[in-house]
Amino acid sequence: MSDLAIRNWFIIPTIAFLIVFNIFPLLYSLGFSFTDYRAASNRPANFIGLENYQELLTDDGIWNNFTITAKYVIISVAGQVIVGFGLALLLNRPIPGKGLLTTILLLPMMMSAAVVGLFWQLLYNPSWGIVNYLLGLERMEWLSNPDAALYAIAITDIWMWSPFVMLLCLAGLSAIPSSLYEAAAIDRAPPWFVFRRITLPLVAPLLLIAIIFRTMEAFKTFDIAFIMASLDETELVSIRLYKLAFQEWQTGRSCALAYIVLLAVLAITTIYIKYLNRLKER
Amino acid sequence: MAAVQSKMQRLWDRIAVALVLVALVIMMIPLYWICSTAFKPRADATTVPPTVFFKPEITAFIKLFTARVERRGAPNKEEYARAPWWEKVVMDGGERFIRDDKGNIESSGYVGRFTNSLIIAVTSTFLAVAMGTVTAYGFSRFKMPGESDWLFFILSTRMLPPVVVAIPMYLMYRTVALVDTHIGLIILYTAFNLSFSVWVMKGFIDEIPTEYEEAALVDGYTRMEAFLKIVLPQAVTGIAATAVFCFITAWNEYAFALIMTLRKAQTAPPYIPSQLGSGLTDWTTIAAGAVLFLLPVMIFTFLLRNHLLRGVTFGAVRK
Repeated sequence: MSDLAIRNWFIIPTIAFLIVFNIFPLLYSLGFSFTDYRAASNRPANFIGLENYQELLTDDGIWNNFTITAKYVIISVAGQVIVGFGLALLLNRPIPGKGLLTTILLLPMMMSAAVVGLFWQLLYNPSWGIVNYLLGLERMEWLSNPDAALYAIAITDIWMWSPFVMLLCLAGLSAIPSSLYEAAAIDRAPPWFVFRRITLPLVAPLLLIAIIFRTMEAFKTFDIAFIMASLDETELVSIRLYKLAFQEWQTGRSCALAYIVLLAVLAITTIYIKYLNRLKER
Repeated sequence: MAAVQSKMQRLWDRIAVALVLVALVIMMIPLYWICSTAFKPRADATTVPPTVFFKPEITAFIKLFTARVERRGAPNKEEYARAPWWEKVVMDGGERFIRDDKGNIESSGYVGRFTNSLIIAVTSTFLAVAMGTVTAYGFSRFKMPGESDWLFFILSTRMLPPVVVAIPMYLMYRTVALVDTHIGLIILYTAFNLSFSVWVMKGFIDEIPTEYEEAALVDGYTRMEAFLKIVLPQAVTGIAATAVFCFITAWNEYAFALIMTLRKAQTAPPYIPSQLGSGLTDWTTIAAGAVLFLLPVMIFTFLLRNHLLRGVTFGAVRK
């Protein structure tokens, strides 16, 4: 076989597979988004133009879902950056057993979100949960409390994903040449100055990757929030989408909402991959 | 001056280590709680205040694998005396095993779900890594018009929100009867992992010097032989790391499994949380199931520790 034939045989099946199982379904649902199709009934789909989009974008409930999601993204990503970057700064020194320590700290992000979500329910239980016990709170409601539930879920997400930010920041920190710090020490630069002018700018590219990736993932969050609570105040966009599609069976409408979500995700994805490639070229 | 500085430095190092240890303890509490609940006597799982010290037992694991019903009244004394210890502990809890016509104890719902998880994760991992490795080699060694655009396209499919993809996939699967089948989930997970596998494997293959292949080609190897006999053996570490990552992703996946499966092909992630709220919740048995489900992932994380960074950045950052 010629090189050209091998290249085509090696690459085209994969691309074809992805088109059939990812792009084709999306085109299929684009079609449905202009109809009033309901998958649970036998009625054929009627073309209704942009009505689904129009109604979704003027629906206060949907805007509320987006507001909740934005709040959730900000809290959980900010928390992950603070905890993750903080841990990385603490770990960035010779510590006996550092490799093992780091690996143990990374365990939460490898765990199944289903198990994490389920067991944090046990931890948050108002009467026998260990969270209230350790904080000395008596019968504090977390997951059934409209004011606290979203924060409680975000805390779980922070617990699970701070290690991710830590991992990337550690990589960035350990790549900073120590000669820079030695030079700063000779110049008697104050610690804050060293942090702002050496540490932060050199970790920034990896930190940015972590932030963009986590923002995207937090925006898409479905599993933990869906498992942990079922309040209106914790209804993220993905959960709304799931309910619209698979509980209310408003298939056409849900396809339209899916497209709105998709556009937002694609925008973040484009930025993310651009930064990934820039990092690769370094 | 230098001595003062290094003394300060050493003090600061010690404070940092202390803080790390505090963080470690806090971060590990949830994990400890899952594991300890699995070994608690049922009465100790939900006490006020929470039980920290208890006599560990493995009753929960016996219950995990077996189908049981609540028994009415006290057990038959003869029967109880005859029963092996692992049946006695279940009888002590006020339950009895469900047996089939031949008297064999029936297995619980968990066993089937765990098996499904295993079948689906292993098969989809194999497919994704096999296709991914071959495609990565293609991208790594040959010129392709619009190469970066294709790679961008491949990775962007990974970023699609599962629920968004699941809606049309569900409709399509319904028409071809793939809902609640192993093949249905295997296809979805293969597609989901394929993009990851291409990117990470490309990173690994890019690092293998082309000189070996070129020498082999000069020696009369065909391109295919050079790939199979020269490149693949050198890429084994990369293939193994990629496979472990794909396995963990498929093993943990929740949303697709929740939507696409009901019973026959249901995997453990949607099943484990669904045990809540069916009457009196037995947290010890749920925890036992969770521990067993987390165990492979824990082991793999330790094996994978040097490749984690590469894995979470799709091969872009190497250490």
